[in-house]
Amino acid sequence: MQTGVLETTRQPRALTRPSRIRRLWTKICRLRMGILGGLILLGLLAAALLANWLAPHGPFEQDIMSRLQPPAWMPGGSSEHLLGTDGVGRDLFSRIIHGSRISLAVGLSAVILQVLIGVILGLAAGYYRGWVDSSISFMVNVMLGFPFILLAMSLVAVLGPSLQNIIIALGLTGWPIFTRVTRVEVLKLRDMEFVLAARSLAFSTLRIMSKHILPNILPSILVLATVEVARAIIRESLLSFLGLGIQPPTPSWGAMLAEGRDYMLMQWWLAAFPGLAIFLSALGINLLGDGLRDLIDPHLRKD
Amino acid sequence: MNSSKILEITELTTCFDTPEGLVRAVDGVSLVIESGRTLGVLGESGCGKSVTALSVMGLLPKPQGRISSGSIYFQGKDLVRKSPRTLRALRGSEMAMIFQEPMTSLNPVYTVGEQIAEAFTIHEHLPKKLGLQKARETLFQVGIPSPEQRIHEYPHQLSGGMRQRIMIAMAMACRPKLLIADEPSTALDVTIQAQILDLMLNLQEETGMSIMMITHDLGVVAEMSDHLAVMYAGKVVECAPVDVIFNAPGHPYTLGLMRSIPRPGRKFSSGKQALAEIPGIVPGLIDPPPGCLFAPRCDRAFERCRLEMPPLFNLKDQSGSSHGVRCWLAESMAQQPATQGGRT
Repeated sequence: MQTGVLETTRQPRALTRPSRIRRLWTKICRLRMGILGGLILLGLLAAALLANWLAPHGPFEQDIMSRLQPPAWMPGGSSEHLLGTDGVGRDLFSRIIHGSRISLAVGLSAVILQVLIGVILGLAAGYYRGWVDSSISFMVNVMLGFPFILLAMSLVAVLGPSLQNIIIALGLTGWPIFTRVTRVEVLKLRDMEFVLAARSLAFSTLRIMSKHILPNILPSILVLATVEVARAIIRESLLSFLGLGIQPPTPSWGAMLAEGRDYMLMQWWLAAFPGLAIFLSALGINLLGDGLRDLIDPHLRKD
Repeated sequence: MNSSKILEITELTTCFDTPEGLVRAVDGVSLVIESGRTLGVLGESGCGKSVTALSVMGLLPKPQGRISSGSIYFQGKDLVRKSPRTLRALRGSEMAMIFQEPMTSLNPVYTVGEQIAEAFTIHEHLPKKLGLQKARETLFQVGIPSPEQRIHEYPHQLSGGMRQRIMIAMAMACRPKLLIADEPSTALDVTIQAQILDLMLNLQEETGMSIMMITHDLGVVAEMSDHLAVMYAGKVVECAPVDVIFNAPGHPYTLGLMRSIPRPGRKFSSGKQALAEIPGIVPGLIDPPPGCLFAPRCDRAFERCRLEMPPLFNLKDQSGSSHGVRCWLAESMAQQPATQGGRT
């Protein structure tokens, strides 16, 4: 349609071209799951940022007289505590809202750290090959063979449990998967002729890696990163569960889940709602990642 | 014949480390390209054509590949002994390369305009906007209709021929003196092939660049080249001006290649005029047998062929142009063994 010969046929087509609003609407429909994911994440971010205003109670506020109250819609529940209260009478709903701060901070920062370490090492291993590749791959294999929990535990034990140190511990243990994926993709791409063409035009190695190879592997990294955010949130809860994570009484979803375990049989909501929060945020981030990939991949991009 | 040589390769040997052993992909190859002329390099897959090209460009896959001996003089400078930095300064600006597969030779995540503009912004330090402007002009030059729109399109939206034109546009961006074309028309269908070759000829006329045309297609050689070097198993087996080789091929391999071109009216499989084939395959290059590497497939081979590698004999024909042939059959006709490869 774009060649000069067919120029004339384009005019009538232009008349039947869908209106701008219509095109925007089809785009929205195509990306609806991604948008849904974005909305979920946006909601979480809002909860994290506005926790002090949104939460009906303080996260540490104990009301020992109304401990272990069920959610509001169940017999014995009150509208005072929407999702019920825990063993010392703290409002579960408020603690989940406050907990989103920790979970999002840990999930996002840890994965950013993982991506930084993992992708840089993966690029170097895949592009330079040789001894660089051997040593990085060896490191990756050692890391993947080492039980995560042991490594993270020793790191936190050395550094001391704090939000910052948990992020560091998760970042330093989670990067090998990014290195693996990046390395394989780079191996595939480095022998493609467009990389050879870039080299034949004397572009610098840094430029080829960052501007020619990296954008091509970004979709895979993005999808992996969204999965890893969810995993980091869960791992944080694991560390908290073991007492090495966020220290009580600071609310984190993982720690709440761990505490709720003791009441699982009778007061199921104590474990169920923090678990649901983890699930929802993981789902939202995954959907958003898929949508973003569709948006940035030129093969899937249509006008 | 001794006009200015833009590229002179002498006794180039390029080796690859493989798990099975050392492979001499290019073994003592000597070639010359004169300014403004085209050298065709002909041979079947795996005979070292592309490795020769990559050696010249300094783009051998690392760490497996390396030049182990020989010299490559480009405009009087020996590229083998220059630092990678000097080589890089030449690439893109002085010499450029286009590749076989137009599907993978463009980066899928950038528009074609951005990709061509990048060459300008890096080599001529132009701002991005001016680079795009230049990209538009270059696209027009390589015969792409409505470049205005095309520069905003992605490679997957273009046809194979279109992509190859864009590849050429990128390579030509900085007006190189030498263009190495590695099977530029092989992956295209025949009508597009002719267009691309025409385009290259036109650009050569305009800019006076030299071309090293790597191909396995005798038709392409006939149309494009002034000189021809036939390669077999990492060695040049015959080299001469194109018309000399086409009139009187000196090496049985060249002859075999020519006889295996299908012609209308000939049958493929049976009868006197059946399409000839060269039996067998190219020998492995790890521990090659002594003697001529073509001997196992040659119907005219005799005892000596299997024992001793023939040198490149220099046949002088009537026109006085040199004609190098690496075959014992040519010994009797040769005036003297060419010491240093045939001049092309």
